[in-house]
Amino acid sequence: MNIFDPAIFPILTADGLTNGAVYALLSLALVLVFAVTRVIFVPQGEFVMFGTLTLASLQLGRVPGTLTLLLVLLAISTVLNVVEALRRGDGRSAGISGVSGVALGAGLWALTTTLAAAKAPLLVQVLLTLLLVVPLGPLLYRVVFQPLRNASVLVLLIASVALHLVLVGLGLVFFGPEGSRTPAFAEGNTVLGGVTLSNQSLLVIMVSALLMVGLYYFFDRTLTGKALRATAVNRMGARLVGIRPTAAGSLAFTVAALIGALSGLLIGPSIAVSYDTGFLIGLKGFVGAIIGGLVSYPVAALGALLVGLIESYASFSLSQWKEVIVFTLILPVLLWRSLSSKHHDEEDE
Amino acid sequence: MTPRLILALVAALIALVLPAVLPVFQVTLLTNVAIAALTVVGLVLLTGVAGLTSFGQAAFMGVGAYTTALLTTAYGWNPWLTLPAGMIVTAGVAALLGLATLRMQGHYLPLATIAWGISLYYVFGNSPALGGFTGLRGIPPVSIFGLDLTDPRRFAYLALVFLALGIMAAQFLLSSRVGRAMRALRSGTVVAEAFGANTFSLRVQVFVLSAVFASAAGWLYAHQQRFVNPTPFGLNVGIEYLFMAVLGGAGYVWGGVAGAILITALREVLQNVLPTLLGTGGNYEVIVLGIIIILVLQFARRGLWPLAERWVPAGTPRLLARAITFPHRPDPVPGSFILNVQNAVKQFGGLRAVSEVSFDVKAGEIVGLIGPNGAGKSTMFNLITGVNPATRGSVTLLGRDATRLPARTIHRLGVARTFQHVRLFPELSLLENTMMGGYARGKAGMIASLLHLERREEAALQGAALAQLERVGLRDRAFDQAGNLALGQQRLLEIARALTADPAFLLLDEPAAGLRYGEKGELSALLRRLRDEGVTVLIVEHDMDLVMNLVDRLVVMNGGQELAQGNPQQVRDNPAVREAYLGVDIEEGAA
Repeated sequence: MNIFDPAIFPILTADGLTNGAVYALLSLALVLVFAVTRVIFVPQGEFVMFGTLTLASLQLGRVPGTLTLLLVLLAISTVLNVVEALRRGDGRSAGISGVSGVALGAGLWALTTTLAAAKAPLLVQVLLTLLLVVPLGPLLYRVVFQPLRNASVLVLLIASVALHLVLVGLGLVFFGPEGSRTPAFAEGNTVLGGVTLSNQSLLVIMVSALLMVGLYYFFDRTLTGKALRATAVNRMGARLVGIRPTAAGSLAFTVAALIGALSGLLIGPSIAVSYDTGFLIGLKGFVGAIIGGLVSYPVAALGALLVGLIESYASFSLSQWKEVIVFTLILPVLLWRSLSSKHHDEEDE
Repeated sequence: MTPRLILALVAALIALVLPAVLPVFQVTLLTNVAIAALTVVGLVLLTGVAGLTSFGQAAFMGVGAYTTALLTTAYGWNPWLTLPAGMIVTAGVAALLGLATLRMQGHYLPLATIAWGISLYYVFGNSPALGGFTGLRGIPPVSIFGLDLTDPRRFAYLALVFLALGIMAAQFLLSSRVGRAMRALRSGTVVAEAFGANTFSLRVQVFVLSAVFASAAGWLYAHQQRFVNPTPFGLNVGIEYLFMAVLGGAGYVWGGVAGAILITALREVLQNVLPTLLGTGGNYEVIVLGIIIILVLQFARRGLWPLAERWVPAGTPRLLARAITFPHRPDPVPGSFILNVQNAVKQFGGLRAVSEVSFDVKAGEIVGLIGPNGAGKSTMFNLITGVNPATRGSVTLLGRDATRLPARTIHRLGVARTFQHVRLFPELSLLENTMMGGYARGKAGMIASLLHLERREEAALQGAALAQLERVGLRDRAFDQAGNLALGQQRLLEIARALTADPAFLLLDEPAAGLRYGEKGELSALLRRLRDEGVTVLIVEHDMDLVMNLVDRLVVMNGGQELAQGNPQQVRDNPAVREAYLGVDIEEGAA
């Protein structure tokens, strides 16, 4: 059957747009993190995996391994903060850091174990999942990337890849090798212009669109958002007007983790996510981000949608070659970028 | 013999004994280390030396391995023919990837290699002709003089010979003209281009070279295992090769070897120890490895090798015996135009940094380009040297229209420059830094350098560089690290580097900035000597005393425009110049 068959084409397109919407969200997170911190954040897809699988664990009434990771990172970052404050001779903020770190850890532990055992309703579990996954963003920034903040893009990229391996390895330890699905947030189908769409797909597209609008509002209208953009444009300049680059980096990673976790919750009902699924999903966001040159948000999002569509068409006619097609697509894109844009070296003052 | 050479010989001796005495299991491990190390040495040239990186080296190994697997099993080729065949195929793929990405910033290449690493894995796995995910079996052994290398001990020697050749070629390359230009790439392209290197072409060449190293390793792997499947060529393995380079020290050939040994050994230990400690539910060694790499990047970013190398003194390098000297560039006719700038305009968005400026420099002159901060001097300098070409107008250098020429072509016309912010390579010796200036005088390419067939040229370069170091008074420190010099001496070193190019026209960008009084005097004397020897000089400088007493003519710029021209006395008497510098009318100033 031809992919342009009227019985197939709309379904493939809808599928492509649904996945594409998630890739687009991820590509936005990647552009944001790169612009603010120069980190090419390869582990973005791991937030997706942690999002889905944390919820899946909670569904089974288990305490997700995410809690362990969160507590360990919290402990390390608390120690780092305390040591740093003591070195400055600031005993008071060392004390505050230490006490709040311990209190936060104990609180999260108590909350998670209670709610997991109680098999709380879906909405509560979703919120708990976000509570467990989103803080991973700023904590990973604090522990892994903040000490490297003066390093070159290349060093940051290598650290990023190392972190990706660690997180995938932990995913396997925490959640096992099997894939899991999470329950759908919306049942049933809707017929739109002769095309039947599952409500879950519609939900994914709508939530993604809402999130993008939210991000636009955040970056365009709020002071914090503007501060992030300022840091992205000119790190030194932002510093001179009082924006702390580490605070901006931490915030960028928080937004990235939030986007990742939400993406995981959105795709959880439609595909079985296992510990290594996140990486491929994240990389498809990357292809979009690269189409946008790692700087342009709208082009990145459109590129990611395109990736979703191409993947969907390819999976129908050439399913074995789906990944090859998607990842080889990056080469003509890079060539086109290389020939069309004037290149600059980072060293030029 | 230097202590380091002795150590290398000891290492070679140990490598020679090991395959004969170790148990077979360890011999296989040793072969694995040698194969990995060969790939990593190629990666060191790319990552630590040229400042680029790749996560796709395992995929390149795969190309080499699959090429030999297919050609030997399906077409009955001799393995010794499939080795170059695999290298050619790999080089083609790498050239394609490099051409697509290397014009852009350095991080696009690694991203492309991630994508291509994944893609290739699926291509291997989904191609029935390549055996799909089960792979290809029955690859014939390599034979030498009719002797089949089926025994692991014999094969280990083959792998070690390959590694030794790889290490030697890499060291040869690094101590050559091309190798020095490669090192220059890491800190950007401006210096290398200013001395005539085509940095884009050089980047592609380095990337292809590192891929060819991996291809040879893949060939070894295929004939060691006698079987290939997609798994050992996946992205994760490619990442591991990069980790080996990072852990050992990506800037050092021996660091790469050390990294390959350490990670292979570590993996063995962890795979044995961790499951008994933590259970068999996960790939714990990957987690540990990832954490180790992050810690290394945070606390020893240059890897472990430089920490070890400190204990072994480098010894004094030996100079090569000189057989040829480079011919001296014919001197331009005295009084002819060296530089002619006509109505040059440089527009940056809404800002006009240089507006309709015209001036010229004649052979044998020292001309000063002065003006207050923001006058457009540096922009003008960049227009002339091709770093940032003019929006309108023309620049003629030594009789050729150079308005649109890239920096490297302008350099080859006989123009050499220094930099306002010193751009030396602090880890290299004064001699090596100076020799970089003679890049355009040599011809030997990468292959000649890998084989050390360019020693005559290298000797001539050494001679030329030493002569220039002598000229600026730094000859006795030729083997010191450039980073150990005081700023004034670094500026002199930059002049020596520029002079090594044997320029007809020397451009100096604020050579006296940061110099002490006495040093300034020496600089003036040096520049006068140069003029007497026929070098034409354009100098951008802030120090009025120095300029006024040195130059034949001055061009004064202000606010992007030409304010005045003439000899020092005329310029000193020019009211507009006074106003620009003192900011007041003479009447007001007197009042």
